[in-house]
Amino acid sequence: MIDYLRDWLWTYVWKPLPDMPFGDWMETFIRWARDAWAAGFDAVDTGLEFLYANLADGLLWLPSGIMVLLFAAAAWAARGWKLGVGIGIGMFVVAWTPYWEQTMQTLSMVLVSAAIAILLAIPLGIAAAESRAVSAVARPVLDFMQTLPAFVYLIPVVMLFSVGVVPGIIATIIFAMPPGVRLTELGLRQVDREVVEAGQAFGASPARILARIKLPLALPTIMAGLNQVIMLALSMVVIAGLVGGGGLGSVISGSLGRLDIAAGFNAGLAVVLLAILLDRVTQGLSDRTPVARAAKLAR
Amino acid sequence: MSAIAVESLYKVFGKGARGAVSQLKAGVPRDQLNAKGVTAAVIDHNWSIEPGEIFVVMGLSGSGKSTLIRMLNGLIKPTSGRIEIDGVELGSLSPRELRRLRREKISMVFQHFALLPHRTVVENVAFGLEIKGLNKTERLERAREAVELVGLSGHEDKLPAQLSGGMKQRVGLARALAADTEILLMDEAFSALDPLIRQEMQDQLLELQSKLAKTIVFITHDLNEAMRIGDRIAICDGEVKQLGTAEDLLLRPADEYVAEFTADVDRSRVLTAEAVMEPCGTGDTSEFTTVESDVHVNELYEPILSSKAPLLVVDDNADPLGVVTTRSIIKSLSPEPDTGAGEAEQERQPA
Repeated sequence: MIDYLRDWLWTYVWKPLPDMPFGDWMETFIRWARDAWAAGFDAVDTGLEFLYANLADGLLWLPSGIMVLLFAAAAWAARGWKLGVGIGIGMFVVAWTPYWEQTMQTLSMVLVSAAIAILLAIPLGIAAAESRAVSAVARPVLDFMQTLPAFVYLIPVVMLFSVGVVPGIIATIIFAMPPGVRLTELGLRQVDREVVEAGQAFGASPARILARIKLPLALPTIMAGLNQVIMLALSMVVIAGLVGGGGLGSVISGSLGRLDIAAGFNAGLAVVLLAILLDRVTQGLSDRTPVARAAKLAR
Repeated sequence: MSAIAVESLYKVFGKGARGAVSQLKAGVPRDQLNAKGVTAAVIDHNWSIEPGEIFVVMGLSGSGKSTLIRMLNGLIKPTSGRIEIDGVELGSLSPRELRRLRREKISMVFQHFALLPHRTVVENVAFGLEIKGLNKTERLERAREAVELVGLSGHEDKLPAQLSGGMKQRVGLARALAADTEILLMDEAFSALDPLIRQEMQDQLLELQSKLAKTIVFITHDLNEAMRIGDRIAICDGEVKQLGTAEDLLLRPADEYVAEFTADVDRSRVLTAEAVMEPCGTGDTSEFTTVESDVHVNELYEPILSSKAPLLVVDDNADPLGVVTTRSIIKSLSPEPDTGAGEAEQERQPA
């Protein structure tokens, strides 16, 4: 009886539904977009390539030993001498591996894509905080962007931009942007209502309330978003090595193919140390925002 | 012209607010609307405030007083009715004109201070002037004056986190004073403070008021506070239950609700010699100690104890108005409304 029911369900209820060609639709769209907006993609390609190449050249312009000192100095300025010393040691170890050049390439990709991601994320986050409608639309889109497996981005992006650094950067921007938007929105929505009311009561315009009250008070949360964006960017940039993104990602995907434990470990170590550098420095910067400093005084 | 005038003012929250207003006008009670998920916060307010007056709106939480004060500067739009500030109807203003009105005419002090945590005291005080578009030197100079006015000199460069609650609220007050507006809205401004600090702030407000003569709308849930600082008091529970001076409320409560409120008030600090005195009669009063008519009852204890005769109450021209005896003082302290003395005594016999 049960078997009969099951057969019936499979035959008449489920089976008649055809497989939906979601994937085909996407492919058709991407192919169409490639031809229709070719000029736009070319411009983006050239622009990103230009940014990346110049930044990477800049970071590699000085010998690694001097760059190590510069990184240590940046960490010192951001947080204090302890972090300066720690980062100095970490970057010295990186310079000791055979992959300093690749590390600087990876860092360039992270900085370019994180900068663009945050430049897109902050206005979007502001719009989402100010408008319920924008927030309602943005939320599922951001969920989609963040949960779609990272590898899947690479396929259409390679189709649009061919292999190289740029598809890696594009995929990274898409993948790393969501926490920037979310935390900007969260930070703005968390601002004390009474303080916003005070702005209104003294006759400030909405733009002024945003600039003088909401954004300064939300800045620590926005900085936490920046931190998240950068960390996600680093993880994605490594995956982008699969499509010829260069940098440490290429070393890692190459050593995966050859089962080269030594090269893989060297590159992995460099990634970890780079991650620590980026994380601690951005955290140090967020502790330096005026509101975070004032909060520290209260304790 | 009145500084602030409101006319059949209503604010109802929830779906079908406009319909609810017509129901309220038709006499449907507030509770019945609550059951339908509609909250009537402000019901049929009609009053006006003269320049220089301290007008206290007193009510329990949920009585619509915060909503009311936010309607006066347009932060909340009324469901129906008119609000006039210096003769200008708020509903007729565009958002831009409304912001201009707030910058020039109305400032506000908040219950939880609403200071910017990353700005120093003087920068916080200068906020209103910054919005007005004053240049930095001028606004900081005027902010410093306001800081001095509220007695915070020496703390100009501290951050709010380094101040106590009372000091923070002084910053809030200074910010409102620095904006130099005629009207000052104070939303439970002292409610978050300790009792001692609260009294200190009340005294300071009265002292400042004697110099500055602003028009002040003061919201509170504390009747003692209301009676202490208010020239007139409106007791609200959605609608205005009674509007009058502190003495009116104590001596002539409009209904049970008001009487219940006023039962716990320290009457000796509100009632004046004039309110408790009895007629002089025709006897010789030349030997009596005199007191001014506006002296509070609690300041009469000492003179009446050191004098064998009653006290003679006199007006500004030293003309006699009446006499105060020990008996009239004790009588004034009982919250019973004016009934015959004999009856009152009988009622108080143990059953």
